[in-house]
Amino acid sequence: MVEPKIRIEKVTYAYGGKEVLKDISFDIMANTITVLFGPAGGSKTTILRMINRLNDLVEGTRMSGRVLVDGQDIYAGGTDVAALRRRIGMVFALPLPLPGTIRENVLYGLKLAGITDKMQKDTALERSLNQAALWDEVKDRLDHPAVQLSGGQQQRLCIARSLALEPEVLLLDEPTSGLDPISTRKVEESLFELKSQYTIVIVPHSTQQAARLADYAAFFLMGELIEYGEGSKIFTAPRNKRTEEYVTGRFG
Amino acid sequence: MLNNKSSAPKSISSFEFAIEAIIRVLGFSTIGFVLLIFLFLLKEGVPFFYKTDLINIFGTRWYPTFDLFGTLPLILGSVAITVVAVIMALPMGVATAVFIREIAPGWVREILKPMIETLAGIPSVVIGFFGMTVIAPMVRETLGVATGLTIFTGAVTLAYMALPTMISVAEDALDTVPKNYRDAALAMGATKWQTIRHVVLPAARSGISMAVMLGMGRAIGETMTVMMVTGNAARMPLGLDALFKPIRTMTATIAAEMGEVAGGSIHYHALFGIGIVLFVLTFFINLAAARAIFQKRRKGGLR
Repeated sequence: MVEPKIRIEKVTYAYGGKEVLKDISFDIMANTITVLFGPAGGSKTTILRMINRLNDLVEGTRMSGRVLVDGQDIYAGGTDVAALRRRIGMVFALPLPLPGTIRENVLYGLKLAGITDKMQKDTALERSLNQAALWDEVKDRLDHPAVQLSGGQQQRLCIARSLALEPEVLLLDEPTSGLDPISTRKVEESLFELKSQYTIVIVPHSTQQAARLADYAAFFLMGELIEYGEGSKIFTAPRNKRTEEYVTGRFG
Repeated sequence: MLNNKSSAPKSISSFEFAIEAIIRVLGFSTIGFVLLIFLFLLKEGVPFFYKTDLINIFGTRWYPTFDLFGTLPLILGSVAITVVAVIMALPMGVATAVFIREIAPGWVREILKPMIETLAGIPSVVIGFFGMTVIAPMVRETLGVATGLTIFTGAVTLAYMALPTMISVAEDALDTVPKNYRDAALAMGATKWQTIRHVVLPAARSGISMAVMLGMGRAIGETMTVMMVTGNAARMPLGLDALFKPIRTMTATIAAEMGEVAGGSIHYHALFGIGIVLFVLTFFINLAAARAIFQKRRKGGLR
């Protein structure tokens, strides 16, 4: 049995007195793409934000259970949250270039980590932009403002920004929801490339995308994990009736 | 709408018409009053600029009794005190805004915000009195200067008065920075301070410069406080030591002398002339603030 990269163990999560995640347990394997899918309101994003502890910022929440990364409980006392977030990158639904140039955006995380070596920065810049399939489009205008890029390019820039830190895990929250089909395909293609080096957890923006990407898939409904397993099985022969109804488009 | 009108009794529709007309007249009369005030200012002030030689106008001595109307010490006095006040208020204002918006827990914010708004409501004469009886003696004793009524004292009180405006405008600016920016920075392993320093503040930069401009506008137009705490000596504020010497501002000059001036005299026109200068200065400060807003909108970088 291979050790999972991330283990979610009996997690219950309440926000403002209302349980939004109910006793969730599942494993995420290294170097795979795991999709968390289901209708809106299923708290998929909450799970992503739990893995890099971004939920910490929300007031009035209560959580029980454990989240393990490489066997370590990331909610244990004394965890260096900033270091954890460098290991676990995240890309958001809306492309969010920070104020500044393309170069500054990509190297932002390195700057925060205190890396000033020029060689190292240049290498990281080219590598991460290449991995995000953006290098050829921007290599001649690295010092232009990032907001001048198109929406699709901005989103790939955000992926590059996360990759510059060489995280072990990449969390993506509907990364293509604002993109056109061509940009979406580019992003998906780069994800397939990336999974050899990274563990990818994605909340897709459609069931079709979920089916295209999934090595493993977890189906969430109203804060409950209904079914979890290999993508090829879930989307062709789901065991649970509700999963079947959802993937065949009868509700959702 | 149309249906309503035709079915309504005639008295109601004429009532509507009358109300609408009154509101319209009131609205336009406000614009009219502002224009009239401006025209009056021009009518009374412009003669100063052609009845007096330029050398006199831009001289360094303001002695109306001897027909010396050098406005330079007054203009520089206003500018010096405003600049020093903004330099003092800016770091405090921004830091307070950052604290309220980014650091303080919800309940602290709920207490602080109304308190700061109350601060804005303190009459300037009260602050002037406080400056006169508390700050001025303190300045005199701790620094060993001849009088506590100085640029520095004036700037401290003005900074205090400009703070509420600056804090609320800067806080609004921080508030418009999308929450996602903070998430994005934090997700890359930024600490809270790094997020504020590298993401939130740069994104709110234009709003913060607007806060500075509005604070400046508040400070340069202030009259009562500066009259009470700056000593009112029309001397050129040159050199760093001038910071701890008395000064006289444009506003204080107008307020102090207008009551005793002979109507229609050069001195009378000179006071209105200073009013025009003040108006032009504030106009440009407001213009700069408006430009900051406009640029922010045009760039669209701040959503």
